[in-house]
Amino acid sequence: MGSNMAEQHPVGFQWVIEAKERGATVMHVDPRFTRTSAMADLHAPLRPGTDIVFLGAVINHIMSGRREFTEYVRHYTNARVIIKESFRDTDELDGYFSGFEQEDGLYRVDSWGYAGTSGELTAGKREQTGDVSGDQAHGAHGMKLEHGEPPEEDWTLQHPRCVFQILRRHYARYTPEMVEEVCGVPRERFLQIAETLCRNSGPERTGAICYAVGWTQHTVGVQMIRAASIIQLLLGNVGRPGGGVLALRGHANIQGSTDIPTLYDILPGYIPMPHPTSRDDLARFVELNGPDTGAWGSLDAYVTSLLKAWWGEAATADNQFAYSYLPRIDGDHSHYPMMLRMLDGRTRGFVVIGQNPAVGSANSGLMRRALANLEWLVVRDMSEIETAAFWHDSPEIEAGETRPEEIATEVFFLPAAAHTEKDGTFTNTQRLLQWHHKAVEPPGDCRSDLWFAYQLGQRIRARLAGSPLQRDRPLLDLTWDYPLQGPKQEPDADAVMQEINGRHADGRFVSRYQELRADGSTSCGSWIHAGIYADGVNQTARKKPGREQNWIAPEWGWAWPGNRHILYNRASADPQGRPWSERKRYVWWDADEGSWQSLGDVPDFEPTTPPDYTPPDGATGTSAIRGDAPFILHPDGLGWLYAPQGLVDGPLPTHYEPEESPVPNRLYAVRASPTRQRFERPGNPYNPADAQPGADVFPFVLGTYRLTEHHTAGGMSRTVPYLAELQPELFCEVSPQLAALRGLEHGGWATIATTRAAIEARVMVTERVKPLRVQGRTLHTVGLPYHWGRKGLVKGDAANELLGLALDRNVHISEYKVATCDIRPGRRPRGPALAALLSDYRRRAGVGR
Amino acid sequence: MSERLRTHAWPGTYDGEAKPRMGFFTDTSICIGCKACEVACKEWNRVPESPQGFTGDSYDNTVDLGANSWRHVAFVEQRKPLGIDAAERSLAEAANLDQLVAETGLQTYQEGDGLRWLMASDVCKHCTEAACLEVCPTGALFRTEFGTVVVQEDVCNGCGYCVPACPFGVLDQREGDGRVWKCTLCYDRLKDDQEPACAQACPTDSIQFGELDDLRERARARVEALAEAGAERAQLYLAGDDDGIGGAGAFFLLLDDPEVYGLPPDPVDATRDLGSTWAAAGVAAAALGAALAAVVLGGRR
Amino acid sequence: MAPRVPLPGFVRQLGTDPLGLGRSARSRRSERLAPRTRTADRVVQSICPYCAVGCGQRVYVKDEKVVQIEGDPDSPISRGRLCPKGAASEAYVNSPLREYQVRYRRPHGTEWESLDLDTAMEMIADRVLRTRAETWEDQNSRGEPLRRTLGIAALGGATLDSEENYLLKKLFTALGAVSIENQARI
Repeated sequence: MGSNMAEQHPVGFQWVIEAKERGATVMHVDPRFTRTSAMADLHAPLRPGTDIVFLGAVINHIMSGRREFTEYVRHYTNARVIIKESFRDTDELDGYFSGFEQEDGLYRVDSWGYAGTSGELTAGKREQTGDVSGDQAHGAHGMKLEHGEPPEEDWTLQHPRCVFQILRRHYARYTPEMVEEVCGVPRERFLQIAETLCRNSGPERTGAICYAVGWTQHTVGVQMIRAASIIQLLLGNVGRPGGGVLALRGHANIQGSTDIPTLYDILPGYIPMPHPTSRDDLARFVELNGPDTGAWGSLDAYVTSLLKAWWGEAATADNQFAYSYLPRIDGDHSHYPMMLRMLDGRTRGFVVIGQNPAVGSANSGLMRRALANLEWLVVRDMSEIETAAFWHDSPEIEAGETRPEEIATEVFFLPAAAHTEKDGTFTNTQRLLQWHHKAVEPPGDCRSDLWFAYQLGQRIRARLAGSPLQRDRPLLDLTWDYPLQGPKQEPDADAVMQEINGRHADGRFVSRYQELRADGSTSCGSWIHAGIYADGVNQTARKKPGREQNWIAPEWGWAWPGNRHILYNRASADPQGRPWSERKRYVWWDADEGSWQSLGDVPDFEPTTPPDYTPPDGATGTSAIRGDAPFILHPDGLGWLYAPQGLVDGPLPTHYEPEESPVPNRLYAVRASPTRQRFERPGNPYNPADAQPGADVFPFVLGTYRLTEHHTAGGMSRTVPYLAELQPELFCEVSPQLAALRGLEHGGWATIATTRAAIEARVMVTERVKPLRVQGRTLHTVGLPYHWGRKGLVKGDAANELLGLALDRNVHISEYKVATCDIRPGRRPRGPALAALLSDYRRRAGVGR
Repeated sequence: MSERLRTHAWPGTYDGEAKPRMGFFTDTSICIGCKACEVACKEWNRVPESPQGFTGDSYDNTVDLGANSWRHVAFVEQRKPLGIDAAERSLAEAANLDQLVAETGLQTYQEGDGLRWLMASDVCKHCTEAACLEVCPTGALFRTEFGTVVVQEDVCNGCGYCVPACPFGVLDQREGDGRVWKCTLCYDRLKDDQEPACAQACPTDSIQFGELDDLRERARARVEALAEAGAERAQLYLAGDDDGIGGAGAFFLLLDDPEVYGLPPDPVDATRDLGSTWAAAGVAAAALGAALAAVVLGGRR
Repeated sequence: MAPRVPLPGFVRQLGTDPLGLGRSARSRRSERLAPRTRTADRVVQSICPYCAVGCGQRVYVKDEKVVQIEGDPDSPISRGRLCPKGAASEAYVNSPLREYQVRYRRPHGTEWESLDLDTAMEMIADRVLRTRAETWEDQNSRGEPLRRTLGIAALGGATLDSEENYLLKKLFTALGAVSIENQARI
């Protein structure tokens, strides 16, 4: 669900085909019938944005039929944990959880916690609940628990306030009938899918759920994924071979750029960026952000080692390891607020590296206006993408709304090196880091981004040499000494990796994160990557052929953390440490050896901690995790069916309609997610939804997606002749019924409009898109791939022009996957007539500019 | 070497130099329509781009095999009942789902609710009796030591005789060049025991490359398994010796009749029986005239 | 009528190939044909730059130019296979639209201008420091430390190497620039 794997990850899909040939059932739940659906045993078309109703009904099907994997659920999940008496579920509050403050539209999360824990789940969190995701989104590491155990439990799972019972009640209204009415999926087909999932559960069997941005790009995206996690925990499908919730990520290193982030709210290894509240007190930062128990119990060691890696000799115990050098976040500084700050003139300089917001981000026209309000812009890419060309070639210039002479932005275009022109690692979607070797030198002015970062740093440091200003100390004290290689004097990526891996005080390489210390005796640029250079060997460059290894292939590349391929693999054995079954043997306890053994993976449990281990009083870190608690990153070692903290929109996935939806919320009085982020400002109007006046102006559901033949917004595929010709033009996919309704001609042109923009596309009439019967009315969907723009070998309007900004507050990802729209035959108007068309739409819909 | 795989020139003319006859088995039941074959072929063989624009023909914007597209993925959208009546469900699951229906009394999906989206990668068939080869007056077309049929770019003069001779419409003259270009089964790669580019790239192994004998055996087992699982219309195409071209070096497993994919149901080697090929010969003669004109004009370049 | 025999003027050798359809028709070029994977100067193991499956690639280099990129059969992830994008990688790195020179557009300018790489880097360093100084925030209204600038932002990272993201995050953090983002937010 939420993934079109055959189209977007074709080579990964070979394993699905192979599994199918070996007897697996492949099921695809997706609004459209795609190339993935064509290969699946079953396809269920569902209305975009209603996935939680479908998944919630699966949870209900499992629980009401007692189909869960009981022993797994009792021992390995928090089903048995009793929740605070003050917690109120959405059933009681008609769509809200307890703690909602209408005033700021945010939750106070205290009441969601485990019974018997302190009022503050993690000290100091209350004042930061809503607007800062830095702590909250990664706050799952935060909960304080005495010796790692929830204070109140009921192993019979009968207590009315235990998670199991809360879960059962919460999903009782998510019925097959509701699936039919809200999602548009016939109940028989739903039952078939739910049944098949249940049948692939238990000691002998597992099932996997794959998702991609079809889930993340919603105002409730995180909760869609959480709902899948709940199913997998109930069915015992986590930490076992053939199980899991698999995120299929879209870029070569999007996983790596989250692990070692170019993201505002985290430091390498998911360490939260500090907030002002901790002032310059490192211990306070650790107190605020780390639990005492579980792998995060050693946050002090991880952050100290990071500070040592960055500031070396200048980071001492006396200055709290230069903790004060870290800048602070105190709000949402993510992508869209960043762009809006540009519009307000507060962000003046912008460096864009291998990304293309002028067509790749939602409400693209607003993004380009933001670029036009910058003082300076640096674009590093392989070709002149739309973001580099916005000042001379854009829809606004085409329409005569602006001219280059009116745009003050100074633009630097720096040509980038290709992957074949540099050494380095990509982290694939399975956390596997693979080294790619440089084949040739970068040509002309092309340089790696490593070179750019290093050179910029060198020049800035040279200018600041001798500066007396405190704010310049972090730059001047920065460890910034990397060997340069070759005719282009490129920094040595291997040396950077060594820094990421970390060293002991005597210079030896760290071999695992458990070696890291909080006393400054170790350095490590990213704790989850400790061991990537163990024994002085670049582990990611190991390329022992797959055919010479078993299926786990542990000697090809390196998976973080500690080369563990399946995370939480302790769960592949029963509480006593025996394999659940011979068929699903993976990691098990060998009493004779006194250690965990495996088929070839690295057991992610402490290697000699026996299954019957009970933590002593006062235990911290992973030694506070019971021998039968596999989820070592959590402070209680349990899989969280119920998330007592870490999320800003509720402990349990709950259905809310998308920001723009033609129908009301059939399950609760609350229509859309109460915590979703909206930006009410000129340039970002929203289409009226549900029964609001003017909603009928945009009666159709719009969905955006990709095609196999292109890559994201097209910067890496519209420039390639052999790809450009395969899908040369933007087209919209509509059902024959909608085509008849609106007079759309197959192969002709259509104009698709929202309150933000109107674009044109060729028409593809196909039965692969189906009208759905939802809440007594027929809903039509318009499908739009988003690969085009004004540059490249093939050109066309960008689908992202149509979308508004509506974000999931947990992660600040916008709702690209669903909006409402109108569609009419013919090409869009040119020049001032286009603006006239849009104002007519806005007038009829009753919204401002 | 299997006797029945013999052709006029292979292995006979190669003596000890002959290699096993190599070919493609394209199993369309696992084709995901990604077009990696089209791209890998073009990239390896430096085939010029050939933009056709937006065709509206499902996801096919390549249109056909030709001088600049040596692999072509066809997309066929079909209505059909889906679900537990589905013909293509996985082999083991067939039993499982039937049992499920019996136990729960589930209905099948509504008739007409389902869709089938067929995808199939087409290519030169490297016929056992290859009309193109037989009509080629220059020796540009020849049968290689691997039993494949290759146009030699240094010999072809663009006469175009082979173009109408091909019962599949594969042979085609390149615009602005005049010469005929088509799949070589990556003749150069074969010399180094490498797979052809398309087969190597194919993500799901829908395109399988190997010794024709082995491939045929594999294909027979596969089609039997599919039939057992209920894929009644699954069939092998050009996998035998008794068709009009004496069997092909590139054959297919189809999920429906060849016509559905735009393939001729009964292809015939136009030179096999002269009596019945007057029409084709007439076309060839006309083409010859045009081609000779091209040669004369081309000679002044 | 379809010519079954060679036309006059076109000579075919006879012998074991009386019809001239096989070995005797093979040209010298065909005989000597060698794949460019054989004639390459070297082959380098790489990883596909498109999606996150992480397919293995083999990059063939001749005369310091990439001449072929194909799947790496050693990879347990991809087993030598590639999708159309991966298979087009050679055409991507050698794209006709690829830029090889720095380009500069001055404020209100109507044309791209050329600029020396070193000069461009110097100019960018100047602008980064200027904007940083102009937009620096030392503390908030409660007197708590901020030590940052929201005046400079960065976007992109999912197409970069981890080592590159590491250096960028390290540098921008030391600069006090916190609005550092990438495709993971999309």
